[in-house]
Amino acid sequence: MTASVSVSGPTGATSGSRRRTRRGTELALLLLALLIIMGFYAACDIALTQQVTSSVFMLPLLLSIPFLIAHVLVRAFAPYADPILLPCAALLTGMGVVFIRRLDLVNDPYDNILRPDLATAAGRAEVPLFSGQGIRQYWYVVIAIILFALVLGFLKDHRILSRYAYTLGLAGLILVALPAVLPASISEVNGSKLWIRFGAFSVQPSEFAKLLLLSFFSYYLVRKREVLSLEGKKILGMVFPRGRDLAPVLAVWGASILILVFEKDLGTSLMYFGLFVSMLYIATERTSWIVIGLGLFVGAAVLAHSLFENLQTRVAIWADPWSLYHAQEGPSSDQLVEGLIGMGTGGLFGTGPGQGQPEKVPYASSDFIITGFGEEIGLIGTTAMLLVYMMIIGRGIKAGLMVRDAFGKLLAAGAAFTMGLQVFVIVGGVTKLIPLTGLTTPFLSYGGSSLLANWLVIALLIRISDTARRPPAAGAPVPGGGTGPAKPDRLDHAPTEVIKL
Amino acid sequence: MNAPMRRVAMVAIALFALLIGNLTWVQFVQNDFYATHAANTRVTQEEYSRQRGAILADREAIATSVATEGELKYQREYANGPLYANLTGFKSLDYGASGIEGAENEVLSGSDDRLFVDRITDTFTGREPAGGNVILSVNPKVQEAMAKGIGNSIGAAVAFDPKTGAILGQYTSPSYDPNLLANHDRDAVSKSWTELNNDASKPMLDRSASDRYPPGSTFKVIVSAAALKSGMTPDTMVPAGNAYSPPDTTHVIRNSNDQCAEAQLPLKEAFARSCNTTFAKLCVDTLGGDKIREMATAFGFEEDYLTPLPVVASTTGDLGDKARLAQSCIGQNEVAATPFQMAMVSAAIANGGNRMAPFLIKELQSPDQTTLERTTADELNESVSAEVATGLQTMMREVVSGTNGTGKDAAIDGVIVGGKTGTAEHGTGAAEHGWFTGWAMGADGKPAVAVAVFLESAGDGGSREATEIAGNVMKAALGK
Repeated sequence: MTASVSVSGPTGATSGSRRRTRRGTELALLLLALLIIMGFYAACDIALTQQVTSSVFMLPLLLSIPFLIAHVLVRAFAPYADPILLPCAALLTGMGVVFIRRLDLVNDPYDNILRPDLATAAGRAEVPLFSGQGIRQYWYVVIAIILFALVLGFLKDHRILSRYAYTLGLAGLILVALPAVLPASISEVNGSKLWIRFGAFSVQPSEFAKLLLLSFFSYYLVRKREVLSLEGKKILGMVFPRGRDLAPVLAVWGASILILVFEKDLGTSLMYFGLFVSMLYIATERTSWIVIGLGLFVGAAVLAHSLFENLQTRVAIWADPWSLYHAQEGPSSDQLVEGLIGMGTGGLFGTGPGQGQPEKVPYASSDFIITGFGEEIGLIGTTAMLLVYMMIIGRGIKAGLMVRDAFGKLLAAGAAFTMGLQVFVIVGGVTKLIPLTGLTTPFLSYGGSSLLANWLVIALLIRISDTARRPPAAGAPVPGGGTGPAKPDRLDHAPTEVIKL
Repeated sequence: MNAPMRRVAMVAIALFALLIGNLTWVQFVQNDFYATHAANTRVTQEEYSRQRGAILADREAIATSVATEGELKYQREYANGPLYANLTGFKSLDYGASGIEGAENEVLSGSDDRLFVDRITDTFTGREPAGGNVILSVNPKVQEAMAKGIGNSIGAAVAFDPKTGAILGQYTSPSYDPNLLANHDRDAVSKSWTELNNDASKPMLDRSASDRYPPGSTFKVIVSAAALKSGMTPDTMVPAGNAYSPPDTTHVIRNSNDQCAEAQLPLKEAFARSCNTTFAKLCVDTLGGDKIREMATAFGFEEDYLTPLPVVASTTGDLGDKARLAQSCIGQNEVAATPFQMAMVSAAIANGGNRMAPFLIKELQSPDQTTLERTTADELNESVSAEVATGLQTMMREVVSGTNGTGKDAAIDGVIVGGKTGTAEHGTGAAEHGWFTGWAMGADGKPAVAVAVFLESAGDGGSREATEIAGNVMKAALGK
């Protein structure tokens, strides 16, 4: 490792056997991200407090510490990693933290925060930095970067994960099932049994389970891909798998439905299923799996819609939010409508940072955080944020394309696509593209579990991209590279192919 | 595995394209819809940080913004709230704005384009930005006379200046207090809102313009206009009698007090006595449905107005076969009119047949009280020729001052007054609506005021009561 650190200057090495590490690019992009965060928060703070104090820069400066450390960690442990991933994740995370802090400065009618001191600009200027959700989210960032360091430091090769695949899978399954079996007093928040609460802390285990299952699925599918892609019947010109090979997809489908039933959460259930089907497709290259997956999903959705009142309500609100706006009894669509009004008011350019009223939307700091951004930085801002997500996802998939082992490919593509799916489900939900289901917005939303889990994904993608781009070192076996460049490409699949059925 | 991975990447791109497309729809295409939506309390809240302009009835301020100590800097106050509630409307945090508060929101809030220069000046001079004023054409004395006359009854009244179309008064009863909804205490407002909406007497319904009622005998004015237009004069002898059976029905049309026993009467006498038989027969035998519909349309039936408050269109409905036409011509069957429209009919007649566009706003002012816009009189059409109008005036005067006239209670000493009473049945067993529509000439011989008074389900004597109220309203308008 020390050898690679020594060659990873900002300019990288230029000799034939060495590739540019592009750490300099990463640093430059990271500084740009920090500058954007600082500018955004300064505008928010000044608009809300009507004065320029040191607090304007304190939080962004504090934020730059963990992110710069993360950069140093990448230099040390994954010098050939993709330079786009870290700055993008840092930008979104930082925007989230300062936006949550910005929400701390105003009264929130939905959380019954009606403090007289928050009514005036002078009062808002007195709000201490170390109070509220903003600084809490900051500490979550610090913890996330510690986890990030641990992953990069100890997981020298992503394929190590495949050794523990069954353990990880089991752990993931337990985490998924845990809230369902725990009493509602511990696990239920806002109607969804997705949590484990102890004291002031609550953890959303499904966020972590997602990662564990991702590792397990990658391993499992790489092992079984030959079997799963065997030809079965041909229907309408499409090759379908053999009947008995349907078992695993049915099992995951069943598990997703159980989550839906016992944890009352459509979003999470949809995520797991989408994750599995997309990975199955990548592993087997069989379009029929997508058809089967979509069919099962539509079937389950229709069935669930007719069975669960909760779902019917969500669909009804989606179909016609205005008719349930300010509904006196029963469910009301206030949250969705307020979010739409907020974004609609923002328009193309937004009201300006700190000059909107995102607190008028219930859950402005978690599920509906994107509507707050939509209000204050407009269509331009939200589109830019979505493009940043797209870059993370694109770079994740690219890492998968470049890495040579099948496990790594599946892991990277699965993780990236799942993140894309999650963004689609929540952003589509709050913008009335699809019925709303509660999911966190990766990196942005308030909450430790989601932030930590997503930074673990980033660590993993950085690790995989480092492996993919790392040139084979002379003499020493390259971690993650698998084999030297002289060997035929085909053998790169060796670790997974020896177990062929 | 790379090929499916690329395809999955394509799917991800497609999903994001959908998201961005949808965001563009919400934030760009529908930007105006949300930004100006009545439920958008964001814009409202920002508006409350400026002093909103006042609404004045002539010189009397009826809606003003008063500085408060709360988070919202200004509180809307309605002096004499219930008296003007249907005109001012309300400005509420959670329930948007109605009435003039809604229709002229841009001027009142100061966001109107015409106030652009004021806003720029405010920025440079440091003057606190404020909204413009809206001055209504309403005469507070007329409005008060209406409220006093109708009292606790259910009903409505409208008065115009026939020469210009300016609304001098427009009142509905029961009314409500808009202060209840302008309150900054959201819970209290929500409670009031629910109560007002659940109130069976519908206090938030403007009966003067938002609902239609069978106009009864006041509709005979339209039938008479059609008769005069077809060549008759007020002195033409027309059939009368106390009973008439239209063809194809067993239903017999009678007169309320058997007051038209003669076989024939001059048209103006039959009009003054309000002979149902005469007008039913005239329609069925002589005029026919088309002429009635045409005349009603010329007076503004089937037409809605924006004063800028909306006035629903009155209608003759389906005039139907002869049996139903006979009913239509005495203002029953499907004929339904707003009190507003019936006042318009009188106004057009008093104004020599020229129907003026109705307006409620006399002037819009910038915050420093300079005029932004003054409403000028605008003619809609010539409902009837001057000759027919004169004939109708003669007939309507006979109602008020003739020996057998039904509208004597509207008479004012030394003033030329004309009008028509009406009693309308609606549904079996329900008490009848009482109506009066009429006008008064000023000392200069020009029309001074036209009025309609409507009393819902007032029963026997309802039209007499309406006539008396109309007389007092016209007195108030004349300054007597």
